[in-house]
Amino acid sequence: MTEISPTDMLSAEQQAGTSQFLTFKLGAEEYGIDILKVQEIRSWEPVTTIPNTPDYVLGVVNLRGTIVPVMDLRRRFQLEQAEFHTTTVIIVVKIENEGHLRTVGMVADAVSEVYNVVGDAISETPDIGGAINVEFIRGLTTIDEKMIILLEIDALVNAGLLAELPSSP
Amino acid sequence: MALDLNMSQFHDIFFEESIENLEVMEANLLSLDIARPEPEVINTVFRAAHSIKGGAGTFGFSDIADFTHVVETCFDEVREQKRALTRLMVDAVLESVDCLRYMIAQSKSGQDIDKDKVAGIRQKLIALPAATQSEATQQPTPSWHIYFHPHDYFLKTGNDPYRLFRELAELGEMQISGQLDRLPPLQGMDPELCYLSWHIQFSADVARGDIEEMFEWVDEDCELHIELGGERRQHADRRAGGRTGGRRADDMQLPTSAASGGQLPGQESNSIRVNTEKVDNLVNLVGELVITVSMLSRFASTNRRPVDREKLKQSVEQLERNTRDLQEQTLNIRMLPIDFVFQRLPRLVHDLSRSLGKQVELKLSGNATEIDKTVLEKIGDPLVHLIRNALDHGIETPAEREAAGKEKVGVIALESYHEGGNIVVQIRDDGAGIDPEAIRRKAIEKDLINVSDELTESQIHNLIFLPGFSTANEISGVSGRGVGADVVRSNIVELGGNVKVASQKGIGTTFSLYLPLTLAIMDGQLIRVGEDIFVISLLSIIESTQIDSSLVSAVAGKYEVYRYRDGYIPVIRLHEVFGVQGANTALDDGLLVIMDAGRRIGLLVDDILGQQQVVIKSLRTNFRQIESLAGATILGDGTVAMIIDLPGLLEFWLAENESANTPSAAAEIST
Amino acid sequence: MTETPKPTRILLVDDSASMREMVSFTLKAAHYEVHESMDGVDALAFAQDNDVALVVTDINMPNMDGITLIKELRQLSNYRFTPILTLTTESADDKKQQGKAAGATGWIVKPFDPDTLLKTIRRVL
Repeated sequence: MTEISPTDMLSAEQQAGTSQFLTFKLGAEEYGIDILKVQEIRSWEPVTTIPNTPDYVLGVVNLRGTIVPVMDLRRRFQLEQAEFHTTTVIIVVKIENEGHLRTVGMVADAVSEVYNVVGDAISETPDIGGAINVEFIRGLTTIDEKMIILLEIDALVNAGLLAELPSSP
Repeated sequence: MALDLNMSQFHDIFFEESIENLEVMEANLLSLDIARPEPEVINTVFRAAHSIKGGAGTFGFSDIADFTHVVETCFDEVREQKRALTRLMVDAVLESVDCLRYMIAQSKSGQDIDKDKVAGIRQKLIALPAATQSEATQQPTPSWHIYFHPHDYFLKTGNDPYRLFRELAELGEMQISGQLDRLPPLQGMDPELCYLSWHIQFSADVARGDIEEMFEWVDEDCELHIELGGERRQHADRRAGGRTGGRRADDMQLPTSAASGGQLPGQESNSIRVNTEKVDNLVNLVGELVITVSMLSRFASTNRRPVDREKLKQSVEQLERNTRDLQEQTLNIRMLPIDFVFQRLPRLVHDLSRSLGKQVELKLSGNATEIDKTVLEKIGDPLVHLIRNALDHGIETPAEREAAGKEKVGVIALESYHEGGNIVVQIRDDGAGIDPEAIRRKAIEKDLINVSDELTESQIHNLIFLPGFSTANEISGVSGRGVGADVVRSNIVELGGNVKVASQKGIGTTFSLYLPLTLAIMDGQLIRVGEDIFVISLLSIIESTQIDSSLVSAVAGKYEVYRYRDGYIPVIRLHEVFGVQGANTALDDGLLVIMDAGRRIGLLVDDILGQQQVVIKSLRTNFRQIESLAGATILGDGTVAMIIDLPGLLEFWLAENESANTPSAAAEIST
Repeated sequence: MTETPKPTRILLVDDSASMREMVSFTLKAAHYEVHESMDGVDALAFAQDNDVALVVTDINMPNMDGITLIKELRQLSNYRFTPILTLTTESADDKKQQGKAAGATGWIVKPFDPDTLLKTIRRVL
């Protein structure tokens, strides 16, 4: 099981007003999350399913004795299903929920880069419709002519995973 | 040169001590027989008040000290027989105990104390009619006779008779005559030894205890007789009810060492205060250890070299044994006697029965039954609610009881005991019982059942647990407060427990709470459904059996029941309820695990695997509570398995079936 | 001679700094001279070289506990009749008696308020 520490991926330069984003791939799209939220990245491992939860809650894994739920972002964003293979990763993030820090895993096809993004370079999100609620998106940015969707990870996890949703999918 | 002394660091200890002392006071006050108070009990109350006062004074809570002083004085006078104990006094002091709790709570949180409130209660105490005080004030100053005979080594203890006399003299008038008869001739005298003894006539308005306190340090280093002059016999005779002589009664008056610790007799336990967090950490740590051991154990059984394997196996077995012991001991730290909750109840019953004009005897048993601290903390409110309920709606007024041919005094019996893997707490009253017709009407009125529903009596009783159902016609202020039996039930179920009610109209009602011993660990049975492994409570299993599909019949075309012994039990197909793919669906290929989930149910599973103790980890830590699951655990191979919560599963299954057109929710709730 | 009388010296032995400060503060406020020791060893060393009017000692202490200290002190010729008080808790009846058996004069029950402390001390001075 390979683990990549986020510090290995940090760019040397850090400027004021600049945030670092870890980007990952879901199909053709590239998403970014604030690197400060990322606790670790693990290779894919089978999960234990939790009955009576929405389908995008894949289940839980044992993270050094802690039970951590894992969310499938493809399912969450209603993208086409993909097989889990060697590049599939679980990005473990720490987010705040009701005053507690919660550790949650998110499955992505692969991690790609860590980018420095200046605040000015983030543009407002047009309502792109579909499964991704605008409140889950911090904004869009373009790097090397690629569009990257920067996620508001706290909101996504809070509303999409931890909130009491109808228990049947 | 004044040192800056930060007293606040002692405050928490003081608050904790005081709260304990208040509990001691309360328990003892409630156990007092007004007509024949036991001196030990009076003494204990006095001492508890005394230590609160002392502490409050030390740490600068002068309002608490002042207030407690009044309470202390009151009991001191009773102790010294200067006044008689009255019901009025006990009630006033009980009220003072509450007031002190309030004052301590305010002081603890740094909030202001409502001075008027305190002054009111204080006034009540001061204004208590002094039953025998007039008698006492008419009496002349008591005259004591003290015979003091120090052992010869007396001076070597650093004590000095002269200093003792000096102290006595501060309290009253005295005449001392020394006994010189044991004084040896000068040449044979050892100046370091004490040869003298003294007779002291001592007139002072003090109690025996005050004099004894003077000699407290030298109690064992001397012969000491303290006798009250003229009134002695009279007092003594009254105390002893005229049956025994004065000497005997005097003995009773001595403070006993059991009472001196400010604790109830027999309650002195070798306990230490431990921070809960530390214990929790320890419990978690041991939990991890258990997991490590089982990983190691797995490795041991798969290692290829036979020699190594045997050695490894032996040491792992040893480790397993040690770990289990350690775990048991560690969990034990969290266990506390249920009496911690029970002891709140006599007061409640005392106050409530008075305000309701009812006569009730509260019987407590099984007080020593130990239960996990967390469980203990969470059953307080439900128990209080059930007791209130029993008093308010169960027990009738004395007149009603007489008319019904019952004893005037009703009985509420509270009992706790072990049963299987559970602690059972039973609240039984001999009151009016639940009227099934009234409940039925009410349930129909509230749209909880249909007029056409045919319910058994037991099903009707259980309607009171439905949300929003309140048995009282009007909110009575006693059991009202917007809490219903449904809240009691949900609190208990949340703990992994269950509530049952049984009642007979005119005879009484019994509520039984089934509680888990601990929330941290359970004896698990691993079961397989498809590829998934689940854990169920080993202790809830009645038996497991191959299914004879001819004994299964479908009800309403939807759910199945299995003929088991003399009844039918619902068959819960776990693969269906949990949506597990790839599981057996043919009844004949599966196994039925028959379990007690408050009622008997059968779980259809693919296979029954091993048994092991599992550490329960909450899903809420990083996720949320899932109905029908008690949590998750980590198995020996590091994978996670879900732990099934039986009452939750049953409820979930019932709800699922309800949407699939069963008659009504109510019909499904039965014991 | 206008020299003020030498204040009465009390030897205070307790390993708890907070307790020591509290007792010492009270005693000093009442114009006693206080020598503080952290354990029995320290206290005994001081007692051997100095005279004190009263010893107040805790029982549970590292290095040398209060019981041993009392026994040792009673072996010293100038401490045979010196008052020695133990600091004990109300419930620790056996500790009081252990102290007494070792040669203590009496005890002071913790917790105490300054008045009680002074009152108790005056009983033996």
